[in-house]
Amino acid sequence: MAEQVNLSRGFAATITPQQIAQLERASRRENLGRSWYKFSRNILSVVGALTVLALVLLAVFAPYVTPYPKHAGAFVNFAHAKEPPSSQYIFGTDQIGRDIFTRIIFGLRSSLLMGVMVLVLVVPVGVLLGLVAGYFQGTWIDALIMRTTDIFLAVPPLILALAVASVLEPNLWNGMLAVSLMWWPWYTRLVYGLASATRNEFFVSAAEVTGASTAHILFREILPNTISPIFTKMSLDVAWVIIIGSMLSFVGLGVQPPEPSLGTMVADGARYLPDQWWIAVFPALAIVVVVLGFNLLGDGVRDMFAAEGV
Amino acid sequence: MTTEILTATALKKYFVVGRTGWRDRQAVTVKAVDGISFTMYEGETLGLVGESGSGKSTVAYTTIGMYRPTSGSLKFRGQELFQNGGQRPMSLRKAIQIVFQDPGSSLNPRRNIKQILELPLQIHQPGKNRLEQIVHLLEVVDLPPEYMYKYPHMLSGGEKQIVAIARALATNPSLIILDEPTSALDVSVQAKTINLLLRLQKEFNLSYLFITHDLSLMRNVASRVAIMYLGKICEVAETAGFFQNPLHPYTQMLLSSIPVVSVEEEALKPKKVLSTGEIPSPVNIPSGCSFRTRCPFAMDLCSKIDPVMVDTGKGHSVRCHLVSQPAAA
Repeated sequence: MAEQVNLSRGFAATITPQQIAQLERASRRENLGRSWYKFSRNILSVVGALTVLALVLLAVFAPYVTPYPKHAGAFVNFAHAKEPPSSQYIFGTDQIGRDIFTRIIFGLRSSLLMGVMVLVLVVPVGVLLGLVAGYFQGTWIDALIMRTTDIFLAVPPLILALAVASVLEPNLWNGMLAVSLMWWPWYTRLVYGLASATRNEFFVSAAEVTGASTAHILFREILPNTISPIFTKMSLDVAWVIIIGSMLSFVGLGVQPPEPSLGTMVADGARYLPDQWWIAVFPALAIVVVVLGFNLLGDGVRDMFAAEGV
Repeated sequence: MTTEILTATALKKYFVVGRTGWRDRQAVTVKAVDGISFTMYEGETLGLVGESGSGKSTVAYTTIGMYRPTSGSLKFRGQELFQNGGQRPMSLRKAIQIVFQDPGSSLNPRRNIKQILELPLQIHQPGKNRLEQIVHLLEVVDLPPEYMYKYPHMLSGGEKQIVAIARALATNPSLIILDEPTSALDVSVQAKTINLLLRLQKEFNLSYLFITHDLSLMRNVASRVAIMYLGKICEVAETAGFFQNPLHPYTQMLLSSIPVVSVEEEALKPKKVLSTGEIPSPVNIPSGCSFRTRCPFAMDLCSKIDPVMVDTGKGHSVRCHLVSQPAAA
């Protein structure tokens, strides 16, 4: 038997626990600084981040920042119907006299809520399935997960969402459920590819042979190496989910009137084109701004997580 | 004094790489390791040398448990490493560690040095002050404690490999498999890394299974050298005897191929055998002695019968008809 050497001989004179704690703080600061540098190197990312922040603040404080909060609900004022943009109604009024600016800001609420909630539902499920399938590549677990994913991907997404939304009662929450159901396979696919490549890296073998648990390998060794594409996809997907949500509202399967939603507003306004253009154009522009904001933010997030020194 | 630490007996590892035809399908196998036997003793460095494709890394990965052998036995201090189907017990995972060739791939780029060194400590040395252990580990391998919070991409290639060595050391192992630990490094860094390995070996009484294609390195590092060719060991000897009196034509060819600078050095080479051809595909291994296609001394016998290992004394074994059946030559 080889002589057992005690690796724990106490702290060397060179460093104290306080110094270690200090080092840790310094490195955390340094990492934050580097992340911010990489994010802000592209000015458009900052523009995107500020846009998203502004939209979120507007949506949260909608009752306080809009001139006619009452117009967000069941409100009718035919005397001011279809008024063009003016100093009184900056984006004009719709076919029953409601302030379009107010309704856009309130419409942001359901759009953003949809974008965020769908990802909250979809990402953990999709990522977990992808990680497991990728790590157990070639086994029945992989086959089961990935063939199920293929089945979901084979159904045209909007059709699936429409089917679900029409079977269930049409409202915002069922719309989210419908979109979630069509969305998770994309995350599974993405993470599956990344995980099945990462599991062949030697650092995974090193953890395996030394006896690390499967949970450690999945979440501490493989997951951190897939996080950058996941976050990038998330920030780009918010925009897509909002578009799909608007589509569902557009065909009447999402948010129900009189609750404002950007998609419904565009749908209603389309009947008054081209004469009362503002009824459809401003909500449509709002969708564009939201989507653009999240896309720019997504680019920044991608830059921020980009691997270093490779 | 010379107790066995690792014993391989007729160890085989075949990989199925495909199938032939569509009727009467037969598996196409790569015989990466084709029945090797060797013994390692406590505290020694066994150099396992071979060209690319000779199966030396497969031996490493099988020993560490990444592959299950096709047949044969592999024993660590008398304990079979591959018991029927079961997981390798933690005590063996602790006792046998590995340093991979490419430190760029063996360290997770998303984990800092502290996290990397923490894992083996967590599993195999629970209940101790972990921060203290990490500081000490870094100290043992001559890295400043400030490296704890660095990420692998902030380190040089040599430093990364030293972290990989520290990780292997963290479990307090008895046997470390070194899979070409210096071949990805600059020459100046190679020397430093080798010196560190030698110092650690003495300090912690480690046994090294040192896998390399660099024969000249073995002269200074290994206590014994084994030469692998196409999944088989063709010669094993004490380092001194090996370099002075190589018996296998392949060994002679390898020794002749070591690049030297001066005429004096050239004269020191024992026997000149010109290197010809390249290692054949391990899918299609020549009949008889697998080296005969490149051997300048090949005879009729060589294509018919695969020679067996013979001991020529002083722990020097060789697998060649020239030695075992000199009458036929």
